[in-house]
Amino acid sequence: MSILELKNLTYTYGKKTAFEKTAVDNVNLSIEKGEFIGIIGHTGSGKSTLVQMLNGLIKPTSGQVLLDGADIWEKPKEIRKIRFKVGMVFQYPEYQLFDETVYKDISFGPKNKGLTGAELDKAVRDAAKFVGMKDELLNKSPFDLSGGEKRRAAIAGVIAMQPEVLVLDEPTAGLDPMGRELLLSQIAQYHRERKNTVLLVSHSMEDIARVADRIIVMSNSHCVMFDKTKEVFSRGRELEKIGLRVPQITKIMLELREKGIDVDEGILTVDDAVSQITSILKRKGRLW
Amino acid sequence: MVRDITLGQYYPGKSFLHRLDPRSKIILLIAYLVIIFCTFNYLSLLLVTIFTALVIAISGVPFKTYLKSLKIVITIVIITSILNLFYGTGEPIWQWWIISVTANGINRAIFVTIRIICLILASSCLTFTTSPTDLTDALERLLKPLNKIHFPVHEVSMMMTLALRFVPTLLEETDKIMQAQKARGADMEAGNLFTRIKAMIPILVPLFVSAFRRAYEVATAMECRCYNGGSGRTRMKVIHMTKRDAVGFIGVALIIIGVFICNIMMKKVI
Repeated sequence: MSILELKNLTYTYGKKTAFEKTAVDNVNLSIEKGEFIGIIGHTGSGKSTLVQMLNGLIKPTSGQVLLDGADIWEKPKEIRKIRFKVGMVFQYPEYQLFDETVYKDISFGPKNKGLTGAELDKAVRDAAKFVGMKDELLNKSPFDLSGGEKRRAAIAGVIAMQPEVLVLDEPTAGLDPMGRELLLSQIAQYHRERKNTVLLVSHSMEDIARVADRIIVMSNSHCVMFDKTKEVFSRGRELEKIGLRVPQITKIMLELREKGIDVDEGILTVDDAVSQITSILKRKGRLW
Repeated sequence: MVRDITLGQYYPGKSFLHRLDPRSKIILLIAYLVIIFCTFNYLSLLLVTIFTALVIAISGVPFKTYLKSLKIVITIVIITSILNLFYGTGEPIWQWWIISVTANGINRAIFVTIRIICLILASSCLTFTTSPTDLTDALERLLKPLNKIHFPVHEVSMMMTLALRFVPTLLEETDKIMQAQKARGADMEAGNLFTRIKAMIPILVPLFVSAFRRAYEVATAMECRCYNGGSGRTRMKVIHMTKRDAVGFIGVALIIIGVFICNIMMKKVI
């Protein structure tokens, strides 16, 4: 059964004013349990508005968000409960750190959820482990951490709520290449081990290509594509038309294909590309 | 939402008032506020009211916006007028226990109400038609003589400009932090006063941290552009007095003369 289902989801900012703008327009899609979904789209395409509706931070102007088949706005007073089920990591989440120690800060979410004692402790330590926070850092002040460590602590604060769906908005923005790589693989590992649903908003096509099962493409407030990663990235020309691009390696392979070399379309990683090219070269006898 | 709070009240436009020199607007407003409180009979009060209405009409700012600024002070108006009602002198018209209402009291209440309303409307005219930067710029120039007594006029006005510039930024930041903490299950609506204040900590701490961070960043950015205080600094846009300002001064002068004539010719009501 699908865990998240969006039905005719629409959100309009500044309704009935001069600044009226529809940020999300009639989006319909459903996400299966345990999927890793990538969300791409250029700036202002409605990605952020879309994900903020998933945990009820903003209320759709019309349409529904169904979590496990039930409308999340059915009981508006209990919307907080939804936020523990759909964890949301904002852009630059390190600015939400506030408590005396990293440990206390990570436990803010699970405490709000109602966890106590050993259960709380386990949730915090597990979350810290997922993002690769060392134990000795937990008793430090979050303001003494480095930028990358702060980011990790903030993400751990959301993971510690043990949400069924984890939404991350540009989690790797502003990190150095090593940090990006590491954080991304930790998120992928979290997804593998917890078998939870993860939604990742990113501008980096390479990141998305590496981890996502399916991709939502947003353009001008509409969901223009929702398909397997391979399928989406094999439509490179269409993506370029809406201001996006495909991963570099995919582009190279698409162009090789246009030159008449028989490679698969929608190659997503350098490793795949290497094995394809070597096998073609072997077949042609140019590689010994 | 936090964003709905209107602090920067500037309403862009091209009316006569918008194009007046901000310095003359400040001086004229002060003169006008003084004259509002020099009205002692109904004719002069009417004169002042008509002038206020005229200025509002010229400003080209929708009347609704003015009503909004009146809404904030409506309780003060009601309380002061009720108090004035009971503190009049002379023969009581109506009496009950120790409370008595006199004709003088009723007059005072009416005067106070109209005076405060005119005062708020006239001040709103200034803030609606003048951008905050123009306003601080004008203040700096008007207060320049204070430099002689070593009052740091430029520094103070720069602080005001910076503070105003950061109001929308910090509001946006507050909004973002609130969303993030709400996403972590923070509950800001439930509980008694104490728990609610406690619930603000997760918002206030990151807000202060980021305000300080921004302050340092701005300071560095300004120093990188060789800012070192007011001495020897010139302006890109120099404000000039024009014929328009003369018209403004004449208009207010006429009102002042009118009010004084009324005061001399007619009996004081309060």
